[in-house]
Amino acid sequence: MLTLIKDTLTSQVVTLWRVFSHLWVKADTVEYPDEMPYMFPRWRGRIILSRDPDGEERCVACNLCAVACPVDCIALQKTEDEEGRWYPEFFRINFSRCIMCGFCEEACPTNAIQLTPDFEMAEYERQDMVWEKEDLLIDGTGKYHDYNFYRVAGKKIGGKDKGEARNEAVPVNVRSLMP
Amino acid sequence: MILLFYIAGAVAVIATVAVILQTNIVHALIYLILSLLAVAVCFYVLGAPFAAVLEAIVYAGAIMVLFLFVIMMLNMGQQSLDQERSWMGPKVWVVPSLLASVLLAQLLTVLSQYDQELALTTVDVMQVSALLFGPYVLAVELASILLLAGLVSAYHLAKK
Amino acid sequence: MTFEVGSGLSIGVILATVIVVAAMLIWVERRLLSFWQERLGPNRVGPFGLLQVVADMIKIFTKEDWVPPFADKFSFVLAPAIIMTVILLSFSVIPFAPGVGVVDSNIGVLFVLAMASLGAYSVMLAGLSSDNKYALLGSLRAAAQMISYEVFMGISILGVVALSGTFNLREIVLAQEENGWYIIPQFIGFVIFLIAGVAESHRLPFDIPEAEQEICAGYHTEYSGMKFGMFFVGEYLGLVLISSLITVLFFGGWLGPSFLPGIFWFSLKSFAFIAFFILLRAAIPRPRYDQLMTYGWLFLLPVSLLNLLITGVIILSTF
Repeated sequence: MLTLIKDTLTSQVVTLWRVFSHLWVKADTVEYPDEMPYMFPRWRGRIILSRDPDGEERCVACNLCAVACPVDCIALQKTEDEEGRWYPEFFRINFSRCIMCGFCEEACPTNAIQLTPDFEMAEYERQDMVWEKEDLLIDGTGKYHDYNFYRVAGKKIGGKDKGEARNEAVPVNVRSLMP
Repeated sequence: MILLFYIAGAVAVIATVAVILQTNIVHALIYLILSLLAVAVCFYVLGAPFAAVLEAIVYAGAIMVLFLFVIMMLNMGQQSLDQERSWMGPKVWVVPSLLASVLLAQLLTVLSQYDQELALTTVDVMQVSALLFGPYVLAVELASILLLAGLVSAYHLAKK
Repeated sequence: MTFEVGSGLSIGVILATVIVVAAMLIWVERRLLSFWQERLGPNRVGPFGLLQVVADMIKIFTKEDWVPPFADKFSFVLAPAIIMTVILLSFSVIPFAPGVGVVDSNIGVLFVLAMASLGAYSVMLAGLSSDNKYALLGSLRAAAQMISYEVFMGISILGVVALSGTFNLREIVLAQEENGWYIIPQFIGFVIFLIAGVAESHRLPFDIPEAEQEICAGYHTEYSGMKFGMFFVGEYLGLVLISSLITVLFFGGWLGPSFLPGIFWFSLKSFAFIAFFILLRAAIPRPRYDQLMTYGWLFLLPVSLLNLLITGVIILSTF
């Protein structure tokens, strides 16, 4: 019995005091709608399509994101303009299926598709969760500012011939005998 | 006050009849509790508040709880209801009602000869305890020895 | 109509106050718990979230009041009514302040005990009529727990009754005016009454009948809407009742420095105990069921009997 009383005093009463003393500890709560929490830049939130530094669409409609997507929420169709640039004819993301895994961002060879720290994605209509290219495309470069796919790739487009890309050697003329 | 007594008495009688007629055992038990509480009110009105409260604590509050406890363990279903209903035939009523009416007749004759006015004196806790530990101390001690024996044997059985 | 003991006005005021306080405790408990857990708690509806109760009320009144088709309807509807009735009846004998109360009963303490023992029916009928295994388990636990702890609760009060020589709660307070608060001579009785009170109102840490992690919500698993609301408010009413009983029996009721009215001191002391019960909920984990019963019968019962014995010896030797 004495041990029981001793245990009560040392365990239960001390526990009560410890919990009570939390009364003057500041609460950890972030009062969200009034006070926005700091979101890390690499938070995986709403998906956007970025543009390159020249203001052109980065997406080349390679379909790698649609393949990587585990829930198949990305749909797109490739088309080509007269200069030879590839771009998506339509680009559709169904956010009611998206699980924000970020695989599309990892698969993208041109840094076009990116996840942003925006997490406020609630809609009243389910149909509003389906976003088209016009909705997805932003004006900036997103997380990667200087990257321009066509400047480093060997693809010939209007205003940039073969061999004019960065670090690219002039193509070898296989028909010439000159060294 | 005396009107309250008659109301409580009527409630007790009706509830007791309902206990007998009710086929659902839980409902019967609720009526029994109601009857006991009505009897407690009778006691209170007649000037025995201590007896009234003890009636509520001991009978309604402890013994009936144990009854209910046992019923919960028994898993009474539809089949016990049907069984009760089949037992409630008209034939089984004859002998008990005859015997009960004999008792009722006796009670009525005794009550009709008793013409003394009902004296409403309140017996408070102090008087009850003075009586219990004065003239009736032997009975109290014997009852407590019986209870102690019950306690010890229950403890022994639980230990096994 | 005058505001005196037993008048219709005072009955109405006390009834309304007690129910409003019990409802507000839902908010108080959530706020206090959250402060002790370094959170903020409900602070959206109204200033400091005070109107949270109103929002909860609107929600609970407009909810579907569903009686399961397999339930025993009579007992199912009766059960939540019993708990509210018996606890509100118990408040009738509490002396809140000089001249504030419903009855000055000579058997006040016993009346509270009788009502507490009738409260056991509420949980038992609820569990039995729900026809659900979790509800049945919960009410089995509740029944055993409540009848066991009623015993120690009764015996622990008897020390106070012996010291003051009356079962009348108002006279017990008046006796404390002369003899000092009974917390000092009856400290063991106070501790046992506190523990038994927690078990009796099945609050955490002794909320074994409704232990969410083990048996859903115990006896009120099948309840919804206002019937659940009555169990919910009934629990808080029980909390208020136990706190005010502790105040009356051991802490001198309305007694206190006279620059403030007695009702203030009564409310202050009662609220301190309510806060303590909430602290218990925040801090202490739930014991196992058999531990609860063993603790009661093998520790609390002998200690409370010893306490009563020693009190009796001291009273007789000082006479």
